[in-house]
Amino acid sequence: MSDLTQLTISQARAKLRGKEITATEITEAYLSAIDRANPALNAYVAVTGDKARDMAKASDARLVKGEGGALEGIPLGIKDLFGTEGIHTQACSHVLDGFKPRYESTVTSNLWADGAVMLGKLNMDEFAMGSSNETSYYGPVINPWRRSRLDTMVMPTTHQGDGGFVSAGGTRTARSLDNAQLVPGGSSGGSATAVSAFLCAGATATDTGGSIRQPAAFTGTVGIKPTYGRCSRWGIVAFASSLDQAGPIARDVRDAAILLKSMASVDPKDTTSVDRPVPDYEAAVGKPIKGMKVGIPREYRVDGMPEEIEALWQKGIAWLKDAGAEIVDISLPHTKYALPAYYIVAPAEASSNLARYDGVRYGLRVPGKDIVDMYEKTRAAGFGREVKRRIMIGTYVLSAGYYDAYYLQAQKVRNLIKRDFETVFAAGVDVILTPATPSAAFGIADEDMAADPVKMYLNDIFTVTVNMAGLPGIAVPAGLDAKGLPLGLQLIGRPFDEETLFQTAAVIEQAAGTFQPEKWW
Amino acid sequence: MSVDLQTVKRVAHLARIAVSEEDAERMTGELNAILGFVEQLNEVDVSGVEPMTSVTPMEMKKRRDVVADGGKAADIVANAPATEENFFLVPKVVE
Repeated sequence: MSDLTQLTISQARAKLRGKEITATEITEAYLSAIDRANPALNAYVAVTGDKARDMAKASDARLVKGEGGALEGIPLGIKDLFGTEGIHTQACSHVLDGFKPRYESTVTSNLWADGAVMLGKLNMDEFAMGSSNETSYYGPVINPWRRSRLDTMVMPTTHQGDGGFVSAGGTRTARSLDNAQLVPGGSSGGSATAVSAFLCAGATATDTGGSIRQPAAFTGTVGIKPTYGRCSRWGIVAFASSLDQAGPIARDVRDAAILLKSMASVDPKDTTSVDRPVPDYEAAVGKPIKGMKVGIPREYRVDGMPEEIEALWQKGIAWLKDAGAEIVDISLPHTKYALPAYYIVAPAEASSNLARYDGVRYGLRVPGKDIVDMYEKTRAAGFGREVKRRIMIGTYVLSAGYYDAYYLQAQKVRNLIKRDFETVFAAGVDVILTPATPSAAFGIADEDMAADPVKMYLNDIFTVTVNMAGLPGIAVPAGLDAKGLPLGLQLIGRPFDEETLFQTAAVIEQAAGTFQPEKWW
Repeated sequence: MSVDLQTVKRVAHLARIAVSEEDAERMTGELNAILGFVEQLNEVDVSGVEPMTSVTPMEMKKRRDVVADGGKAADIVANAPATEENFFLVPKVVE
């Protein structure tokens, strides 16, 4: 293998353990790939080369002695939302300028304890608020995928077939890439781009309304949001505490399973961390799904959904059926209320969580004539537009006289959404199959979405229900659209049944294959 | 329900975010678009439904009431923009 960055985590793990390659070699390969690609893709906001080399050296010493951990020597990218001791941690916000925590988040501590190597911190939407990675203080992340066009040309008969599709008549078609830049989705856009463009072997991400699964779908990668309580939230910058969950983005289902095993733990420092042993998720990959009951929710067939998404969904149904699953139509009647309820609950929690950025304890301070003026000027300068908008909505819905009408109503609707899922699971459904997103990746600076925040929010229409109900959900690539962009399917499982998600996602992956962008950067 | 310019300014003050006249005008439109979108929740019949308090049914974990950590004043103030002898410095609040 000439390019070590092409190896999946499971492949690299085997070669590292077999002493065919060293952690230092694979780390250097990624650092030079980042060096070349980052100016074009903007996936990393901080590259920790020295630390990566030190960690790789330590991994090599352990590997030589045969003492390597589960992720020994595997280079990873870390979303900027995770607190990393002594290293840039700013949630990609101006308000956290210069913040270097004196502690390490539980999730990243778990990864380092298993031998992983940190390459740097990944770009994201500011405070994880966004679906396009355009709200980052560090500028947008660029999707490594571009739209392409099919061109047909007549070929000289002697030169048929190198790389293109050869037709019997001596013509061949080739895809030519369009120059328009696309978003990678968000908020974990840096994580998705870095994984998709081979700038890390895998990445950490977080998901409050779809921030792992939507960017995974937009970049042809696998992303899982585990059950609420599976990964500790300790040391992760808080957005909406009752919805936030960490999870991995990876190149294939097996890699996602390997990463989640290391990230998840029982943590006394997070009171919502659940006391359950972490299973060996990788063991679920490759298990047959014969007899499994797969639910197809009719409410996910939304108005204006492109024909291609519907076709992809049907393909997914056919693959699972072919693998012996039983397909059942189900109803989740409160689906359409999940997104509006989310846009009350999440901003309300955010307005409370983000009250701490006051110019006193961390980051930016803008002087004022008195303390209140200092707070107001600091927060005005430190937060971007989307963050301010959500703090304002949250403050409004929690303010005197409006709490019952908005917040309490939304929390009641949230219980109904959860009940919908409980009803279908109680009826014997093992897993639910839906599209991951209502469209493929869209352009940077999309005018419609810039003009109307609600249009941007609609990106999360299929993913947000899962956060509202605290369930696990995985996005797995399932095909390309007519313009050559990746599309994903989503599987939703019972609480703490991530194993069924990996098992079922692996069947889809087996049928659909894996997808790589054509390199232009 | 919708908000007017005055309400937006009041909420901005509650949220401790300075807004210019122009910001407040823009935000009024944006917030009303979002409030218009969430309005549909009113059509849901929630009679007899409890508001959600915890997404996973679980008993809250409690730590033993003992000193487990501490002596980190320097770490705690390390990221503050202005400190003196392990205190946070703020503009004068008492005349």
